[in-house]
Amino acid sequence: MLAEMIQRLFERSLDDKAQAQARDGIWNQALWTEIEEMGLPLALLSEEQGGFGLSAAEQGEALRLLGRLAVPLPVAETMAANRLLANAGLPLAEGPAGLARADDLVIDGGRIKGRVDRVAWGENLDCLALAVGATLYRVPRSGWSLAESGTALNFQPRPSLAIDWAADASAALPYSPLAEGATMRAFQIAGALEATLDLTLEHTATRIQFGKPLQKNQVVQHELAKLAGELACATAAADLAAEALDRGDLMGVAAGSLRAREAAGNGAAIATQMHGAIGFTREHPLHLFTTSLWTWRDEFGGQVMWAKMLGKAALEAGEDGYWPMVTTL
Amino acid sequence: MTAIPFPAPPADSDEVLALRREFRAFLDTHLGHRSPRQRSDNWYGFSREFSRAMGQAGYLGMTWPKQYGGHERSAFERYVIVEESLAYGAPVGAHWIADRQSGPSILKFGTDEQKETILPDIAAGQLAFGIGMSEPDSGSDLAATRTKAVRDGDVYRVTGTKVWTSFAHEADYVILFCRTSGTPADRHQGTSQLLVNLKDTPGLTILPIIDLAGQHHFNEMHFEDAVVPAKNLLGAEGDGWNQVMSELAFERSGPERFLSSIELMYQMLAMLKGREDEAALATIGRLTAQLAVLRRLSRSVAAMLQEKQNAGLQAAIVKDVGAVWEQTLPDFARQLIDAEPDPRTQAAYAGVLANIVHNAPSWSLRGGTREILRGIIARGLGTR
Repeated sequence: MLAEMIQRLFERSLDDKAQAQARDGIWNQALWTEIEEMGLPLALLSEEQGGFGLSAAEQGEALRLLGRLAVPLPVAETMAANRLLANAGLPLAEGPAGLARADDLVIDGGRIKGRVDRVAWGENLDCLALAVGATLYRVPRSGWSLAESGTALNFQPRPSLAIDWAADASAALPYSPLAEGATMRAFQIAGALEATLDLTLEHTATRIQFGKPLQKNQVVQHELAKLAGELACATAAADLAAEALDRGDLMGVAAGSLRAREAAGNGAAIATQMHGAIGFTREHPLHLFTTSLWTWRDEFGGQVMWAKMLGKAALEAGEDGYWPMVTTL
Repeated sequence: MTAIPFPAPPADSDEVLALRREFRAFLDTHLGHRSPRQRSDNWYGFSREFSRAMGQAGYLGMTWPKQYGGHERSAFERYVIVEESLAYGAPVGAHWIADRQSGPSILKFGTDEQKETILPDIAAGQLAFGIGMSEPDSGSDLAATRTKAVRDGDVYRVTGTKVWTSFAHEADYVILFCRTSGTPADRHQGTSQLLVNLKDTPGLTILPIIDLAGQHHFNEMHFEDAVVPAKNLLGAEGDGWNQVMSELAFERSGPERFLSSIELMYQMLAMLKGREDEAALATIGRLTAQLAVLRRLSRSVAAMLQEKQNAGLQAAIVKDVGAVWEQTLPDFARQLIDAEPDPRTQAAYAGVLANIVHNAPSWSLRGGTREILRGIIARGLGTR
């Protein structure tokens, strides 16, 4: 139901021009208004929190769709920030929102000061769900200015923000924004890989070389099979991360997030190769997905950070405790 | 849109968690004394004694009807037993194939008499099976089978050769895939399956094939006008192809498709203890993430089988991705730890590594080669 609404909205309102504008860092307020009217920012909230009370499967589907449609606005971020804010008992965002962790911020006489690196569409947000140590702050737009501009591999803005704000809305941090963000990105990666596989299947069915569709070649079929394997892993990884997030298990989030990040790179490489040169251009839609896959796999904590965390837990479990640990992930 | 559904597996219930604990204790009791090198044999270890203990404790034929010695438990409870066995490196060879595919095939296609005489003994851990599919000229191309069974009154007279039959020299039965009419050109038509008693079939000769690790697991089975009672026909004559495909679905989705080298992971952790550099932590973390996701995919297939859904495509994906994990583990080990593997040493790490390096190449061959699996996946995606 929600999935159909999301599909219809973006098929109607998200065209090549809107994607090009997003690459230029131009905020699409008209589209954002439509997104808000649909209530999408509340999609991950329970009914008590003012949301739709969607099942885990429906939430995952909505997040995957945002990846599948390469939505170039911080919709997933706002959904995730709102869930974090709601779970902390803080007021929800009143517009687009971001979420971040910055432990080196200084809290001085009730003011928070310091820098938050690379926030998606940071200058266009209404508020930021910001974790510092064990506290979650709801920082309004008036609480920051631009520290340094930045650009993601999909050319959408990732400005770093200079926070200077008299902290007046905070709560105990329910769980890390990095875990929430990494889980959300895992779903988007799975969604973008769905689109990537579809495009690759279509291209290899319709592109004729040596008198037959590319897809008739076994070597091409085997690459398609590998791409399907990466998609399967990313989808399962996102579900695994979401379940772990729900029960507060950071190691499960790490496992799911890591495998999705890996699938992003592996899948993008196969898809581009199977498209040939056209996949390397902006003339074909594949680039929307490959550049987003390359963007999302390095956000909300890097691969090394998450891998070291999980690796440390594995080494601590040791040769006897390793398998029991794996069965809890 | 290309959908490859992998439904969420159910969370472990209290009963499943209790079963896991109970079974881990069982493994400690029966196998706690085995060395890492022995454990690293994983599913190609063979012990009649252990399989009988499994049967006595009620861990075989878990999902089968009680009428046939089974325990009427869920596919997930069976999955727990299977994955914990493998993670422990238990020598499961004397019940593995019977419990995984032969028994379920007999349950599905067998006569009442076959079910009554064979299934209770499998569930008791007393009957070992081999697989009678591959031939010298028919490996991946199973439909090219040439072994011929000709009906002669109350018996079939069987002529032909089967190869790569693991434990045929030890096992009691194979389910023989053969041609009962026509020629190999007829492909799927005219094939059947026969239950062949390996201990009591005149005209059957079993010869060893030694693998590159020097082990005797494989065998050749020569049938020279061998006599098999007609009542040992499994299912319908001429329906062999559908039956053998159903049998392969049991063979392809389980955790043995990514846990074959798990002992090496344990030994890597032991070697890396106290050496917590970035490369080691990050590599172990990534490998663990891959393993956790494979396990979820495999449990998802178990969920589909429990619901009687067709999981052929999903099972092929699990086996394809899983074989890469278990096969590449020694490469990651070698990036982190310098050691010369030694097939005869008692040292844990060098011995386990040797065993894994020797055996890893077979994991993308048996149960369907990587190339066959990728073909199945591609076909599932709608190509061809």
